[in-house]
Formats: sequence, structure tokens, C-alpha cells
Amino acid sequence: MEKNNARSHRIACLKLTLTLLAVWAFVSFGCSILFRPWMDTNMPAIGSVPFGFWMAQQGSIICFVFLLIVYAVCMRRLDGKHGFSEE
Amino acid sequence: MDQDTLNYIFIGLSFALYIGIALKSRASSTKEYYTAGGGVSPLANGMATAADWMSAATFISMAGTIAIGGYAGSRFLMGWTGGFVLLTILMVPYLRKFGKATVPDFIGDRFYSKLARFVAVLCAVFICMTYIMGQMRGVGVVFSQLFGIEIGSGVIVGALIVFFYAGMGGMKGITYTQVAQYCVMAFAYTIPAFYIAIALTGNFIPQLGFIGDYIAGGEATPFLEKLNNINQELGFARYTDGSMTMVDMFCITAALMCGTAGLPHVIVRFFTVKNVQAVRKSACWTLTFIAVIYLTAPTIGAFSRVNLISQLNGIKYEDAPEWFARFEKTGQMAFEDKNSDGIIQYTGPLAYRASDGSLVVASSADAKEALKLSKDEANPNELSFGPDIMVMANPYMADVPPWAIALLMAGCIAAALSTAAGLLLVLSTSVSHDLLKKIIKPGLTDKEEVTWARIASFVSLAVAAYFGINPPSAFIAKTVAFAFGLAASSFFPTLLIGIFSKTMSREGAIAGMVCGIGFTLGYIVYFQFMEGDARDYLFGISPEGIGTIGMLINFVVSFVVNMFSPAPPPEVQQMVEDIHIPSGSGEAASH
Repeated sequence: MEKNNARSHRIACLKLTLTLLAVWAFVSFGCSILFRPWMDTNMPAIGSVPFGFWMAQQGSIICFVFLLIVYAVCMRRLDGKHGFSEE
Repeated sequence: MDQDTLNYIFIGLSFALYIGIALKSRASSTKEYYTAGGGVSPLANGMATAADWMSAATFISMAGTIAIGGYAGSRFLMGWTGGFVLLTILMVPYLRKFGKATVPDFIGDRFYSKLARFVAVLCAVFICMTYIMGQMRGVGVVFSQLFGIEIGSGVIVGALIVFFYAGMGGMKGITYTQVAQYCVMAFAYTIPAFYIAIALTGNFIPQLGFIGDYIAGGEATPFLEKLNNINQELGFARYTDGSMTMVDMFCITAALMCGTAGLPHVIVRFFTVKNVQAVRKSACWTLTFIAVIYLTAPTIGAFSRVNLISQLNGIKYEDAPEWFARFEKTGQMAFEDKNSDGIIQYTGPLAYRASDGSLVVASSADAKEALKLSKDEANPNELSFGPDIMVMANPYMADVPPWAIALLMAGCIAAALSTAAGLLLVLSTSVSHDLLKKIIKPGLTDKEEVTWARIASFVSLAVAAYFGINPPSAFIAKTVAFAFGLAASSFFPTLLIGIFSKTMSREGAIAGMVCGIGFTLGYIVYFQFMEGDARDYLFGISPEGIGTIGMLINFVVSFVVNMFSPAPPPEVQQMVEDIHIPSGSGEAASH
């Protein structure tokens, strides 16, 4: 039982990690570098700034902060569910 | 009261504050020296990590690099914040659970080998040394500006201060001083930005001004369009395009991100909190505090570029603003009157001087090449300055009140000091703890260990000061980028595999680290010091971004060698299972 619990915690944790990494790669490498020209022409401009450029200089950083908050909150719930909470 | 006196007062006060805090929280044991005893709150640790993280490169050099590179400057913005995501979700919670104080400690235990530990120590020394070199240069720029002396003397003054300061408190002292330093840095960086944003865009918040309109010139035009126009008129690439290929941009950003996640002095920070959950919370705070500065940097870059050009370009030399002389005196800005008309003309790579003496902008680099211009005609630019100076010149250009300039000076020094102190600590720990105590001389007492740590930090500071005076690259952010390339090609892949793979053997890890860092270091040395031709770049990747390729080499070599080597012993495999269980981390051990 103990061992299964650790295993299911690890799998759930891995899923969360991979999901967050996908978002991370999309906002930084995707929006801001690889698909930037497409984003500039096809997405709404932020104020007077083209979308891709804004993502590169401002948007991606804001997304990173949110990613870490989501990670901390989700992991705390996950730890609690599997009985690993320490608080 | 004149500006200089005010600068001294602000810097003196901030120093008194740091020293007071450091003395109050002096380390009383080796454990406190290395990990502050493991009881720092997530918020305080977040702030301290942010200060540690925001080096002279970030604080002094980054905005200037963005001002010059435009879009291409985003590589630093994304690289140095995005890396924190990797660091937090892939590395630190697991390393904290493992509970050893240094990165070579983890590598030595996980790969059950003294050789692995030794290679890790070497990597740590290389990475930290490269990084400190960048910091010393930053310290030099600030002190030279402060006392009106040459950069070389500025570096020496700075090195002496860093040495006395870093030797004082150990990790505990450093952590609490860094909290104070973060506050100084945050205010110092953002206050001038507020003033400038109001002056140029009429908007109080710089980030909103950045996406809004430029109003200082009479009618309102979108701010970035204004900047693009200025750049094109002078023969630079459009601000929103930059002048970097997509491959290079991608690789540099990736190297900076993965390097962040493998930097020993940042990883060590998270050993100062009490458990794995506190690590995650602390990382959120850290990135939030860092984001405050990073979201302001691109606005400062853009604003200062508009200001600089409108105040200097096309102005008679004798009518140049008073602050220009200040930077000329220390050799950090220079005007060379090429056509002897007494007017400062600032131009970019596309501009050239036509035979009738007028300035013309070519439609493309090839079109300019086709004209077969002489060297003087091809480069009519008369104003030279380094990106490192932009942040410091910025408030002068915008007529910011003198106290805000003094605060900025104090902030610059705080940035360089906090990072240099953190790095020196890691470097000296690697030598005294991992090299001497764990490998060469196991019988070392705690007291001898700390003495060795101090000797190591003195030697490394002397070396760093030498390279601060004779810098390996044109500006701070670039030197620092090399350190990230080295970290990305050595620690990042090895730590990642060590944490997530049970079956990776010591042979694989050692071979991977050696090949990764060897390749990256070789490439940097060849192209940066041995005058390799930029046209020979591998896939057009510059030395700043080569860490990404080094990282791939590390991964591939590790897995290939692992196929031919015996599996790790069962107790190591059990250890890897254990670090994935977040509870029961206990206190961080120093031995």
C-alpha cells in the first residue's frame, strides 16, 4: 500500500510537471521565438505593441510567475491527498 | 548638496545597514555558514534568492543590452526568468529532499563515485569563476563612475570591498543582508523608470507607457513605432526586429534557461528553508520579486534609447548636456568628430557617408556591401558607449531628482555585492568541503574547513579581479552568458538524469559531464579568445548559445555510455526513489 501510494504520487506529479513544461515551452520558445512572426500578424496587439514582441518582453515573464503559483498550489494538494503533507 | 556627496551618503547608509545585519546574524557553526541552519522563511528566502540572482549583469547591463538589441535583447529576459520554472519544477524540490548542502555532494552520492564529485567540483569552479568575472566588471563600472576613476582601479576597489564583506557572515549573514539588498535594488531600479515613463508617455506605470503612446514630441505616436522610426532613420535594424537569427536566439535562450536551472549558487539557496513545500513557496516568491525588475528592464531599455538619441544625436558638441562630460571623463562614452563639423552624429550599421559628405542609410547590408565603401565612409558613427552604461546614464538623461540617482548607485553596488558574495560562498565551499574534506583530506576539522573556505575565496576573487580588468568579452551580460552555457552543458543534464533516472550509472554521468562542458568550454575559448571567425560558427550558433548543443551532447553521451556500464547499486536506486517522496526531508545536512 505504502509503495503504491508513492508510485501514484510520482505519476501524478510527473503529469503535472509535463503539462506545466508544455505551457512553459509554448509561451517562451513558441509565441516569442518560433511562431513570433505569425503571432505578430494574427493575434491582437497589446496596446500598440505586436503580440509576439510583447510576449517576448513582458507576457512570457508574467506566465512564468503564474506557472510557479499553479505548481505550488497543485503540488500541495497532491501531497495532502497522498498523506505527504508536512504543514 | 551636489550629486557626488549625495551618492556617498546613500551608499554609506546602505553599507552600514548591510554590515549591521551581517554582524548580527554571524555564522556560529559550519552548518550555519553553509545553509543558514535551514530555518529561513520562504518569503525572506525568496527575497534573498532574488537579490542573489539579480547580478550586476541583470541590474546594470541588461536594460542597456535591450536598448541596443531591441527584440534580440528578449533572450536575456526570457532566459533568466524561464529558467526559474525549470529550476523549480525539475530540480530544487528533489535536491532539497536529498538534503545535502552542495551540488557536488549530490552528484558524488548519487553517482557513488569520488571521481564524479571531483568533476562536479571542477565544473562548479569554472561556472562560478566565469560568473564572478562578470560581476567584478560590473563592480568596476559602478566604482569608476562613482569616484570618476578608470574601470581598472574601480575593479580593485570593488574586489577589496567584496572580499571583506563576503568573508564576514557565511550563508546566514548573506541571506539576511540580501533581503535588505533586494529592497534597495527594487526601489533603485523602478523609481527612475516611473519618472521617465511620465516624461515620455504621460503614463505613471512604465509597463503601460511601453505599450502606449509617445507624447513628449508634441503629437502622440505609438511608442514602439516611434522607436522603430528612430532606429531606421539612423541605419539600425528595426527595434522590434533586432539583428539576430532565429536559431541563435533559440539556442541562447535555451542555454540561459537550462543554465539557470544548473547554477550551483542558486540551487544552494533553497537549502535554507525548512522543507520541500517551503521550497516551492519560496520559489514562487523569488520569481515574483525577480519579475518586478525584469518587467521594468525592457521599458528602461526602450525609454533610455529614445532619450539618448534625442539628447545627443545631431547636437553640437559644446551644447551637449552636462551629464555627457561625466561619462566621457571615465572613458565610458566617447565622441570622435570624424567629419570635424562639431556635431555629434550617432549612426547604425546600415548608414554610410556619401561622397558629398551627407549621411545615407542603405536599404540592406548587401546593398551597402555592393558600394565598396572605404572604412571611414562605411562607419560614420561618432558616438561610442557600452551597453553597461545605459542604466546609470538613464536617470541623468531624464532629469530624475538627485536622490533617486544616488539610490540607483547604491542599488548597482548592492546587485554586484550580493551576487559576488553568494558565488564566492559556493566556490569556496566547493573547494573546502567537496574537494578537501570529502576527497583529499577527510580528517579536516570544522574550523580548518572554514579557514580553507576563506583562502579559496581570496584566491578566486584575485583571479576574478584580473579578468574584471581584462574582460573576456565586450560587456557584462555576455560574459555572464558564458557561465550559463557552462552550467547548461554540465550540471543541468547530469542533475536531471540523476533525479529522474534510477538506472544511470556513474560512468555515464561522468562521461556526459566531461564531454558537455569540454565541448562548450572549447567552443567559447576558440571563438572568444583565439579569434575564431564568426563565419565558422556551428549552425550559426554564437558562443553564448553553444551551451544548448553542449547539453545535448551531455545527454547523448550519458545514455550511450550507460548502455555499456553496470547498473548502479541497489541503495543508490532506493535513494532515487526516496527523493521523489516530498515529506520527511528534515534539516539540510552540511556533511
